[in-house]
Parts: sequence; C-alpha cells; structure tokens
Amino acid sequence: MTSVDQASRPASSGLATLVRQPLVVALALIAALLFLGETLSPGFASGEQILRLLIVAALMGIVAAGQNLVIIGGREGIDLSVGGVVSLSAIVAGNVMAGENGGILPAVAACIATGALFGFFNGFGVTFLRIPPLVMTLGMLGVLQGLLVVIRQGIPSGRAAPALSDFVTQSFLFSLPGIIWLWAAIGVFMAFLLRRTVFGYRIFAIGSNEHAAYMAGVPVKLMRISLFVLSGVFAAIAGICLLGYSGSSFANVGEQYMLPSIIAVVFGGTPLSGGKGGYTGTMAGAVLLVILQSILTTINIDDSGRQMVFGATLLVLMLFYGRGRSMRG
Amino acid sequence: MSDTTVIAGSAPRSFRRFIERFPFLPALVILVVLLALNGLFEPNSLSYRAIRGLISTYLALILLSVAQTYVIYAADLDLSVGAILSLVNVGIIMLMQHLGGSPGGVLLACGAGILIGLACGIVNGIVVAVLRLQAIVATFATSILFTGLALYVLPVAGTPAPTVYWRTYGGTFFGFPFVFYVAVAIAIVLFLIARTRLITQLLSVGDDQQAAYQTGLPVTLIRLKGYALCGVFAALAALCVTGDTASGDPLVGGEMTLNSVAAVVLGGTALSGGVGSVTGSVFGALIIGLISSLVFFVGTPSEWQNLVQGLAILLALMVGVLVGRRAKS
Repeated sequence: MTSVDQASRPASSGLATLVRQPLVVALALIAALLFLGETLSPGFASGEQILRLLIVAALMGIVAAGQNLVIIGGREGIDLSVGGVVSLSAIVAGNVMAGENGGILPAVAACIATGALFGFFNGFGVTFLRIPPLVMTLGMLGVLQGLLVVIRQGIPSGRAAPALSDFVTQSFLFSLPGIIWLWAAIGVFMAFLLRRTVFGYRIFAIGSNEHAAYMAGVPVKLMRISLFVLSGVFAAIAGICLLGYSGSSFANVGEQYMLPSIIAVVFGGTPLSGGKGGYTGTMAGAVLLVILQSILTTINIDDSGRQMVFGATLLVLMLFYGRGRSMRG
Repeated sequence: MSDTTVIAGSAPRSFRRFIERFPFLPALVILVVLLALNGLFEPNSLSYRAIRGLISTYLALILLSVAQTYVIYAADLDLSVGAILSLVNVGIIMLMQHLGGSPGGVLLACGAGILIGLACGIVNGIVVAVLRLQAIVATFATSILFTGLALYVLPVAGTPAPTVYWRTYGGTFFGFPFVFYVAVAIAIVLFLIARTRLITQLLSVGDDQQAAYQTGLPVTLIRLKGYALCGVFAALAALCVTGDTASGDPLVGGEMTLNSVAAVVLGGTALSGGVGSVTGSVFGALIIGLISSLVFFVGTPSEWQNLVQGLAILLALMVGVLVGRRAKS
C-alpha cells in the first residue's frame, strides 16, 4: 500500500523521503527525548545512564526480534505468549544453573529448547489447525501462566550465576556489557537473515501474499512454524538475560514485555499487517520506548500521572508511524 | 447465501447451513457438556443457588465479552475494555461516596459511570477509526491511559460500595434474585440491539471495509459507534463487578481483557470480522466460568488449577475454531 502511495505522490524531495523513514523518525525522537530528559534532570543523558537504558532496551529488543519475524510473516501474525516464555525461561535458567557458572551452558540449552517447544506448539496450531495467531498465542499464554504457578509451588525461584550477572550488567568488551554486544549481534543476524538469505525473502513473501508464495513453491507451513519457533527462542534468550539482570527470577517477570514488544516493532516501522519492515527500526523502537519510560520515572509525578502521560505519549508517537490507509486512497 | 452452495451433499450441507445461521452452536454444545460434567462431579453445582452464584460472578465477564463482540464485528479489537471497567468501577465508587450512598445518589453514580464508559469508547473510536492507528497497539495505549486515570481516582483498592448497592445486587425481589432480573433485562436489550441497523453496518464493515465504503456506508462513523457501544457495555460490566465485589479496585478489570477476547472467539465470532453473534459471546463467557468451576470440582490440587484451566480453554478455543471452519469451508 505504502509503495503505491509513494508512487502516486508527486516526486518528493530527498528530505521529505528521509523524514518518512521510520528509522529516521525513531532516531530523531530518541534524540529529542534524550535532550528533554537532560533538561528535566541533568545527568539523564550521561554515558553511564545511557548504558543502563541500553541494557533494559536490549532485553525488550531481544523479545521484539521474534515478535518482529512473526509480524512480518503476516496472516495477522502476532505472538502474545512471549511474556509467558520469558518468565518460564527465567525460572528454568535460574534452576538449572542454580548460581553456578558451570551451569550456564546447560541452562541456555534448556531454555532455548523450552522456548522452541512452545514456539513450535504455537506454530503448529496456527498452520495445521489454522487457529488465528492472536487466539492461539493467547491460549498458550494462559497455559504458560498456569504452568508458572505449578512450577513456583514446587521449586525455588533459582539464582543467576555470577558470570551471567556480570555479562548483563558489567563491562564486557570496550566498556560495554555483554548483553549490548549480544543485542548488536542479534541485530546483525536479523539484518542478514531478512535481507540476504532465501529464508528472509520467503518471510516477506508469505507476509505480503501467502497464496502467491505457496504457488511459487515456498514451504509456507514450515516457514510459519519456524517463525514462531524463533519467536519462542528469542523470548527464551531474553528470559536468561533478564535472570542475569535481576539476579533471581520472580513472579510473571516477563509479562511486562508482552504488548510493549509489539509496540517496539510498530515504532520501528513494521506494520502489523505484515510483509514489510525490518529489525533495525525495531531496535530503535525498543530504545525509544525505554527512554520514554525512563523519563517518566525521573519526573516527579505519582504513578497515576506517569501512566496517563505514558499512554497519551504512546498515542501521539503512533501518529508518526504507519497510520492506516484512508478509505478514499 | 447458503442457497448458492449447490454441490454439497445433503448431510454436511444442512449441518453447514445450520452453523452458518447459528455460529454459536459449537459453543452451546461445549456449554451443555460442561454443565453436565459440573453436575456429574458436584450435583450441587446445578442447584438454584449455585447457578445464581455463577451468574452474579460471571455477569461482568459476559457483558465485557458482549462489549468486545461489537468491535470485533467490524474486525477491530479493544484491548482497553478491562481498563474501562476498572475506571468506571472506581469512578462510581468515589461518586457514591461523595453523594452519600442514598438510592438517588447511587442511581446518579451509575448513570455517570455509563457516561464514563461511553466517553472512553469514543476516545478509542477516535484513535482507531478517525486517526487510523492500529487497533491492537492503540487500544493498548489507551488502556494504559485509562488505568492511569483509575489510579488517579483511587490509588489503592478498598473503598467500599454503599450498602444499598451491593445489598440490591445480591438481593432477592418478588422471589427472584436481582441478578436474574438484570440477566433478563440484558437479554432483552441485546435482542433489541441485534435488530438495529448499526449491527448490520458493523458486520458489513468487518466483512469488507472497502466494499462497505464504496456502497456508501460511513465506515469511520460506524467503527466509532462500535467502540462507543463497546465502552457502554464495559461500563455495564463495571456496575456488575461493583455489585459483586462491593468495593473499588483500580486494577480489577486488567485480567479480564484477554478473557473477553477468548470468550468472543469461543462463541464462534471471527476475529477477522463480519461473522458472529453476541449469543455466542455470552456462551463463551459462561464456558470460561464453568471451566474454572469444573477444574475446582474434579478436585484439581490448587496449584494445578490455573494450568488445567489454561489447557482446557486452549482446547475449547481449538475445537470452536475447527468446528466453525469446517462449517464454512
């Protein structure tokens, strides 16, 4: 739709095209918010503070990576179960490693397997049973929440290994924590996957026209299942990092990522209708969302005011992004 | 439209026509099975007293699911219904307190509560239909906004409702519980609403928005009205919650939003819009209620209840979607 819009418009200047790029919009908003934050509370945009924001943004961004793939894959693709997978993964990781560095590798393996398994269930339901993704992942979220109650009764919440905590919170390489490097690596991986591989092209193909992709020989069902598996795996990785960030896993810690991960994708310029978008914008979207939340915690208003401003600001920011097509269009 | 299917054999065809006319039939079957199972495991659960308890507890979810149905008819979604419910709940609690808890004051507060719901619905309608933001993320943002307002009105749960309010809701008049009268009144209202032009318009917008526009329907206004109607029913749900819990809680509705979506889908209404019934959503909400009581009656250990409930709802969602599809394909 957008491409048609742009084609029908009179030739626009380079600047106008630039302003319409979601990534540019997000980066400009990030700069504006950092400036606003620094004005409101001096020291907000200091290096140390920005590093802390980036760690939180990385957690959100890793969840959003999987969400992004599912959304680009189309057919109303969305994964509401990521919040549950993040929480479950944090608990599994905490219990498998039990505070020991030696347990990190088995913990990572266990978490990725768990995330992949639930992603597979989602994908199976969506493709073979043809349940709409919103319904399937919503039902799965209910199952995961129930499972978390069971697990929490039976076993202690588990602790992060020191090496994992250091990886997430302490300087790792060039005075940046490991999680930032991990996020950057995921960013490169996603860009490569989406723009340079057959798999990536096929994601856009099934997202923009599933039937045409099927006719062209794309294994649509296998593709879609893989997208949900990847979403589960990314959520699981975020769960491990979250454990490292907080030290121990606690109740429904992942739920705060469920809908915000979708908003990060939208702020990154990927429309929920699928077939378009990319991850670089989503990374900027995650940073934008985290900075916004952080500014709201620095200004001196109570929780209710903070929520109201947050909700209203999200709405205003959404106006900068893919608004639906006008009926006349 | 079913007359056009000429080729189909007689038995599947009549089944198909039947489901086409009554999309809530699978839900009705599931509901009857659940009632039977409940009666089998706990004979008392079919008693007059138990049914009364079931209705007074689940009337709120029923109304919230009805609210959700009207926007889903038009292929929209409202993730803020729970937040609207919370806001109206705390709003009327505080109003009743200010007005002194006299019967006149209570009625005035209820009227104001419905207006609050209407206002919230109109805000959603403006954001989604007029400004054309994506419904999932935009109503999530308004839900944050409404929750903030609710927290501003009443920061912590606890202010009690006036005695006259919850006594009436839980009371008995002329030999019948008050909630039965409410249920009958709601049934009549729903019946009347189902016959209005707005419902047909919402369904045609949901079926094919572009076609509806080209036929000359004011699509934006229709979607706006759908959200407004949704807000009003979310407010009615809040009146029931307030009668049931007899107190104000700024977060009471948060958990109910996703259940309302699940109830609508259980009831055979398509998330893609254009097909469905409010009757189905009522059944869907009752199914969710009966599943949780059945899980309790079969003696599931308390820590396993959520998991079993989650699995049962996921299973019911799958069965509902599959049967509904078989009928349509």
